[in-house]
Amino acid sequence: MNVVMSLTKSRDVVHEPAAPTLALQNVSVAYAAGAQGTTRQPRPAAGADYALREVDFTVEAGQRIAVVGPNGAGKSTLFKLIVGTVKPTEGLVTVYGHGPNGHICIGYVPQRNQIDWSFPVTVEDVVMMGRVGRIGLFRWPARRDREIVADSLARAGAAHLAGRQIGELSGGQQQRVFIARALAQEASLLLLDEPLTGLDLPSQEALFEILDSVRPDGVTVVVATHDLNLAAERFDKVLLLNKRVVAFGAATAVLQPHFLLEAYGGGGVISNR
Amino acid sequence: MDWLLEPLSYSFIVRGLLASIIVGVVCSVLGTYVVLRGMAFFGDALAHTILPGVVVAFLLGWPLALGALVMGILTAVGIGALSSQGVVKEDTAIGVIFAGTFALGVAMLSATGNYTVDLAHFLFGNLLGVSATDLWVTLGLGIVVLLTILLFYKEFLVISFDPTLAVTLRLPAEFLRYLLLVLIAITIVVALQVVGIALMVAMLVTPAATASLLTRRLAPMMGVAAIIGAASGIVGLYLSFYLNIASGPAVVLVTTLLFVLAFLFAPQRGLWRRG
Repeated sequence: MNVVMSLTKSRDVVHEPAAPTLALQNVSVAYAAGAQGTTRQPRPAAGADYALREVDFTVEAGQRIAVVGPNGAGKSTLFKLIVGTVKPTEGLVTVYGHGPNGHICIGYVPQRNQIDWSFPVTVEDVVMMGRVGRIGLFRWPARRDREIVADSLARAGAAHLAGRQIGELSGGQQQRVFIARALAQEASLLLLDEPLTGLDLPSQEALFEILDSVRPDGVTVVVATHDLNLAAERFDKVLLLNKRVVAFGAATAVLQPHFLLEAYGGGGVISNR
Repeated sequence: MDWLLEPLSYSFIVRGLLASIIVGVVCSVLGTYVVLRGMAFFGDALAHTILPGVVVAFLLGWPLALGALVMGILTAVGIGALSSQGVVKEDTAIGVIFAGTFALGVAMLSATGNYTVDLAHFLFGNLLGVSATDLWVTLGLGIVVLLTILLFYKEFLVISFDPTLAVTLRLPAEFLRYLLLVLIAITIVVALQVVGIALMVAMLVTPAATASLLTRRLAPMMGVAAIIGAASGIVGLYLSFYLNIASGPAVVLVTTLLFVLAFLFAPQRGLWRRG
């Protein structure tokens, strides 16, 4: 029954116009809970039972949010919650007023080390994958899908790469391709997991130009990053995370010494450029 | 030309040739997913677990394919379910089921009279014993596998390349994963008579691995793998005829040789070119 339903249903759920783009209400994720979901979580360190605890925040349409925090702060778990691969132990995650699992509007740009770059696909093939949910089962890409793919590649500044095998790309080009894939998916909530890591300054700049260009379409962008300077300069709001929300708001309010000390402890992680 | 045509005057060789072409194509096309998803051990294990099913069918006088199919699908789904629970690691689950069922099959067979000959046929294939009925079953199941791959081409591509994307696109990922396991089970049944249980993994992995060295997109990889698989079947059968060696190993040796050649001399990725 379940299978039949999911086979026939490929459209996005209706978005509640009044609901925020993304809302987490008092969400906790226990480490053991991951095993019941589709993704297994690492075993907890001694004493730590929760990957995330009582996380509560709201993101409005079109905002650009930086998620910062030390390693193991729960950034990846937070993204998995939003995507829907991890279920909250307590609390509620909603995207446009509904649980994440009905949505095909959530675009996820994975960390680069999660992708097999030797896979036999070209840039164009990867971006077309973003269309698969909308094309539906037992159908092939139509002309409109190919047009959207070409348009998405152009918007991400990757049109000239279309025929390349993905392993032949530089780090910055790889990011553009996955953003193009999210655009082709017609994502209105874009999640990027550590997209800035390993990029040189021009590539970082190019990435922000692309994110700027989708802002007029009301695309909401959530970015996990280690770079506090960029978080301060290029985002509307910063979510400082360490298992729970240490602070959330404008960068000037969040990136205060006492909050950073609370999130990172006494280590010298703060000036990381 | 006589040397090419002479074997074809025997109808059992023609049937064997057709069977090895079908098997070469089907195994190699599905094998691209086995290679890309890193399921070689699973494929090898699944081939071994079908032995009890084959033996039971053999002892009861049923078609071997039926026993193999039932056992193959049962264990494919069983391994999938066991490993998705996360209680034991997948390769551990596979190892336990693989060895246990294989032992059961050998034990059952050893209780019967003509133990060694029959076991050799199951383990290494019996290409020259392919009957007309076998050929039709092989063809029918082969078409089912290829059509299913065609129907779910883009979905299989997504779940193999980026499982998280499959989730955000709300594809029926678990259904697709099990479907792929069942397709591997059916393919193993198709290939049973040609290469046998012990060498099955070679047909699933080697032509696709060779093709991966020569191509950069999935569809051409499948096409090249199919050609390599079919060619290996044909050349292997002729070698078997003229050198008087067992047919299954002959087919596998040819496909292995082709892999070594590609590994050394592939235009871009060959060892030779990379220096």
